[in-house]
Amino acid sequence: MIAHSLLTFCNLPTVKTLTLFLAALAFASTANADWLQFRGPQGNGYIDGNQNLPIELSENTIAWKVALPGRGIGSPLIVGDRVYLTAASGPEQKQLHVLCFSAVDGKPLWQRNFWATGRTMCHNKTCVAAPTPASDGERIYALWSSNDLICLDLDGNLIWTRGLTLDYPNASNSLGMASSPIVADGTLVAQIENDSESFAAGFDLLTGANRWKIDRPKAANWTSPVPMKSGEQVVVALQSSKGILGVLPATGSEIFNYAKGASTIPSSAADGDTLFVPSNGLTAINPGESGGDPTELWNESAQRPGTASPLIIGDTVYIINGAGVLSATSRKTGELAWKDEKGDPLKGVRLKGPFSGSPVASGNGHLYIFNEQGVGQCVNLSGDQGKIVSEIDLEETILGTPSISDDALYIRSDGHLWKFATKP
Amino acid sequence: MSPRPFFFLLAATLSSAIGVDTSRAALPSDFESALNAIQTVGAEGAGNVEAAAAWKTLSNADADAILPLLAAMESSSPLARNWLRSAVEVIADRELTAGANLPVNELGAFLLDVRQSPQARRIAFDTIARVDADTAAKLVPGFLNDPSTELRRDAVQSLMDEAKALVAAENPAAAVLIYRQALNAARDVDQIQEIAKQLTGKLDQELDLPRHFGFLMNWNVIGPFDNTGHEGFDTVFPPETEINLEAAYPGKEGKEIKWQPFASTDDYGKIDLNQPFGPLKEVTAYAFTDFNAAQAGPAELRLGCKNAWKIWFNGELVFGRDEYHRGQRIDQYLLPVTLKEGNNTLLVKLCQNEQTETWTAEWEFQLRVCDATGTAILAADRPETPRKEAPRRRGGKDAAQ
Repeated sequence: MIAHSLLTFCNLPTVKTLTLFLAALAFASTANADWLQFRGPQGNGYIDGNQNLPIELSENTIAWKVALPGRGIGSPLIVGDRVYLTAASGPEQKQLHVLCFSAVDGKPLWQRNFWATGRTMCHNKTCVAAPTPASDGERIYALWSSNDLICLDLDGNLIWTRGLTLDYPNASNSLGMASSPIVADGTLVAQIENDSESFAAGFDLLTGANRWKIDRPKAANWTSPVPMKSGEQVVVALQSSKGILGVLPATGSEIFNYAKGASTIPSSAADGDTLFVPSNGLTAINPGESGGDPTELWNESAQRPGTASPLIIGDTVYIINGAGVLSATSRKTGELAWKDEKGDPLKGVRLKGPFSGSPVASGNGHLYIFNEQGVGQCVNLSGDQGKIVSEIDLEETILGTPSISDDALYIRSDGHLWKFATKP
Repeated sequence: MSPRPFFFLLAATLSSAIGVDTSRAALPSDFESALNAIQTVGAEGAGNVEAAAAWKTLSNADADAILPLLAAMESSSPLARNWLRSAVEVIADRELTAGANLPVNELGAFLLDVRQSPQARRIAFDTIARVDADTAAKLVPGFLNDPSTELRRDAVQSLMDEAKALVAAENPAAAVLIYRQALNAARDVDQIQEIAKQLTGKLDQELDLPRHFGFLMNWNVIGPFDNTGHEGFDTVFPPETEINLEAAYPGKEGKEIKWQPFASTDDYGKIDLNQPFGPLKEVTAYAFTDFNAAQAGPAELRLGCKNAWKIWFNGELVFGRDEYHRGQRIDQYLLPVTLKEGNNTLLVKLCQNEQTETWTAEWEFQLRVCDATGTAILAADRPETPRKEAPRRRGGKDAAQ
């Protein structure tokens, strides 16, 4: 992203250039920032900086590996020099865990355990610790498929608990819930969407009380809320089979409504005020500053994300379809961005799938993803099309999405958490 | 590890005999108010702020607080128990890290006191195991008939492992005995299913699983009523206003329908409505049965179902759920009720939706009555379990008929 910003800088007039250069420096200062939610700082899979993230995924770059006490799919969070993770164990996965490790050496720092207060039934492929927790840098907000929502401070002190199935008894999905909450504009936003008592809510960060709660379409939905901008406002995009509802995180008030339907598995990705929605293939929308119906910028029916959510890097949107083919799309036009020598579009590069998790990337120009068999792949995105430059078989089922912070990559399975980093 | 496990066991047993000492003499002065703040957390986040402050007080107490906190779980809500559990575990972590002694003998007495919260007793066991794993392991066989399913599970697993070893040692007669003992004690569905698989498989044993679980096998059913557009779930059809097994009503598309008896022969008590009514879609049916309770008292209706459903117990709506084809398992829904002595009634409404995929064909439920540990409560007049007809053998004497 830094390289991209500086490239832009070189093509612009002087005054504007200086402003952008300062902005680029400010942006650069956030490099190596914490990873506080599903798919990183903007919820689109990309984090700035991290230029020294290893492009070699191998035994040589495994910094450490630790055993976990239970199953889980949710990504690790990295806050400062600590890694936070959720898990669930025991018969019917009724034991819930929040785990804290040292990012330096993987040493366990603390563990908190809770009993599930809601139903834990889910499909065998998924598990109760499917959602990724969220953080505001001061606290951890952990959600499980049982609809237990628990807040701890970074040292493991219990701040609040909610049993959302105790409060709303028909809020559950017998296949399992997986939507990950986010913190946006000082509110924790979660989608508890299912065939029956379906809702989204904003929770007070300090008390766990509802700030708002709205009914949502009565349909199973595993997508996660995505933060974006509408003018100067922070908006949360709530995706469902009906489309996208943009709401203010503090109040739940509707800002825009895109009603052309959307997937219930891969989530959207946003960059600024543009949202890339798995809808009728892939559709780019812009809500504008005045709200209402968003402008549809483009739609590409052939660009169809599989389970993995889109990844945005600069001017390109990357998707992985159901066949495991990674393709690059121009964020401005929706056209395929990778071209052959004649300038004809390339459909993409086939990765080793299948994938349940989503790709992530940093400023080092590479994409990282793990398939369901536990094969991690690093893809160089700098050439005419993506090229796999390294891979590692971790020999465990991996259904989750990696996390990146401080030049390191973290990935978890049901049994272990790994850190990849270049060894000094 | 404790060098004196025997003395620990003796002390624990004696303490159990004379009652658990959960006195609060050495506790912080604000212990009671803090405990009260935790126990009053309520719905939708009520009391969380006070509970967080109280949790700090409790989790900063020394090891003397562990027993009173565990004891308080018996009178606490599920939310409050999680607050208390984490306070106990924080205290134990801190004390053990500091090399301090935990009140192991008192924890043992608490563990053996079956009047205490089953979940709290499990925490006591786990805490003891952190200090003295050998002694904890010695206690496991004693939990075979424990009211805490969390403790009982380990004892059952121990027997299952033993039986498996006997099978491997080609001693099937002994394996059958041990598996049967495990089955009698098992309450967790996964363990029961594994034991049943072993017994009815290679070991060639007959089991009455419906009776073991307490599945209700004999019903009267009526249908189909309409469920086009999922409207049937909220539509009040006649069985919701009267139970008259002799009555006839207009069903879907005006066709007259009547109650008919239906008995399940499924090992896991599935009441498959496709059998009496055919593979229908967008329909609603009802199933009704009596339950003759030997005595009044608390019970749980435990339901497995992947269709939309409602249940009435003694004429009162217990719960309903409008989810279709997301999955089914035994004990999927736990519904507390109070049995009255003598006759009780159960009415189940079951809606089938419009989906046509093969995995949406099921229109069924499985329902049992049990206590809070999952132990079957059998009706006083429970009939013999309906049997499947033996399959006709190819080439048998009636093959040419």
